[in-house]
Amino acid sequence: MFEVVETPLDLARLVAAVGRADAGAIATFIGTTRDHNSGRRVTRLEYEAYPEMAVREMNRIGEQAVERFGVKAVAISHRVGVVEIGEASVAIAVSAAHRDAAFAGCRFAIDRLKEIVPIWKKEHYVGGEIWIGPQRGTPDSLSTS
Amino acid sequence: MRVRLLFFAAVRERMQTAEAVRELAGPTTVEALWHQLLREHPSLGDVRAAVAFALNREYVDSKTMVHDNDEVAFIPPVSGGSA
Repeated sequence: MFEVVETPLDLARLVAAVGRADAGAIATFIGTTRDHNSGRRVTRLEYEAYPEMAVREMNRIGEQAVERFGVKAVAISHRVGVVEIGEASVAIAVSAAHRDAAFAGCRFAIDRLKEIVPIWKKEHYVGGEIWIGPQRGTPDSLSTS
Repeated sequence: MRVRLLFFAAVRERMQTAEAVRELAGPTTVEALWHQLLREHPSLGDVRAAVAFALNREYVDSKTMVHDNDEVAFIPPVSGGSA
């Protein structure tokens, strides 16, 4: 299950989506809006996506997690629009036969998502607003990964 | 030849629109399209260095040629997830 949604995230749905009879572990990750960043007092975050491409890239991350770590299934849900302090912007669930692969696959999924999935974050803070970046690597390096 | 251009985040704000349709006279690359936009919209200058390109929803090299009915997206630095 890979999706971009405008509503609050429900981790239980993702956990249910990756459950397998042959999986002995499910690792999960939730990213939430923090009230400070780089010395600024953050009031809220606002996310924007290129949804069709974002879902395609999330699917690819899921396939890579299966290939590299031998996980059974991956689910990623990312919220767009305003995400208030303490609310979740991204939720990930990864199932595997054993916990080591589940943790590794989950870590890989969030790290890769931040590098490559076309979703943007605008930080609203006391005194202004700013689009957060930059992505790693050169623009051309994204096309070959 | 007609292509659809998509703008996001800082690029969308500076373009003051999320998308545009453009008629092209001849063969061109995604990078050449971007340079054309930069000439028309000098305010894009400060996001220039970090922009990546997607053609029909796949990341592509800056030298990739565009074709009729292609969807070209200009991708400023991504920042999904949390910190």
